[in-house]
Amino acid sequence: MPLFIASLVGLIFGLGISLSGMANPAKVINFFDLAGTWDPSLAFVMGGAVTVTAIGYRWVLKGPTPVFGKEFSMPSVKAIDRPLLAGAATFGVGWGIAGFCPGGALPALGTGVPQVFVFVMAMLAGMWAAGKLRSWLTNRSA
Amino acid sequence: MNDFATSFTPLQSLSGGILIGAAAVLLMHYYGRIFGATGILSAAVFQRGADNRWRYALLLGMVCAPLVMLMATGSMPEVSVPVGYPALILGGFLVGLGVMFGNGCTSGHGVCGLARFSVRSLAATLTFMASTAITVFIVRHVLAG
Repeated sequence: MPLFIASLVGLIFGLGISLSGMANPAKVINFFDLAGTWDPSLAFVMGGAVTVTAIGYRWVLKGPTPVFGKEFSMPSVKAIDRPLLAGAATFGVGWGIAGFCPGGALPALGTGVPQVFVFVMAMLAGMWAAGKLRSWLTNRSA
Repeated sequence: MNDFATSFTPLQSLSGGILIGAAAVLLMHYYGRIFGATGILSAAVFQRGADNRWRYALLLGMVCAPLVMLMATGSMPEVSVPVGYPALILGGFLVGLGVMFGNGCTSGHGVCGLARFSVRSLAATLTFMASTAITVFIVRHVLAG
């Protein structure tokens, strides 16, 4: 049952992504193309998603535990540090170049469009490289 | 110059956003976790562990969405790629690199983080939004000429 719920939740997310246009790089890039073919649609995606989540979280987090699990796993790091900002900036450059973000690309894989596959492979390579880079940076300062 | 103008779809995009939010709320309710595509994907791919089964199931659900949409509506979501393979590879690599150091992406920081009123996520979101906009401007209006 739990795994079925998880796949259903993923499906709902994927349907939301598909319906919203987040899986469509032309639309995503156009949202950021303020000086060109601007398409403000994605503001409605964020607006709808954040509003629903904010309201839903307030309600859900009143409970003692999640349904499957002992506790709510919330991120504990609060610092706004250099890796966060550098990482976010780097992510933005990549997103602006390719038009896909992780949450947008994964459902898009299901369309069978080959460019999505190439993006995801490259993204996984970047994720892997991040781990190596992080280790190198840690060892260097040790 | 740009062949990839897209139409303004406020209702459809809002509906999609509502579904995304619903998924995030459901994941928190059932599993007590943030719906961050970065965290979920990176753990599923790079970390071994029995705990990953829910992640595999969730990712499978995500990938099946276009097929479900096809069955329900007769068409898949539009995926118009206005860039070539080099851009997809470079962009993809930078996205992967960036979201790991940044500890999250649009879903993790932009949706869930903001919904939690996380200042850290706000900083991350503003940063990647600005970075994306600047990049698009440079690619479309400076480099393209």
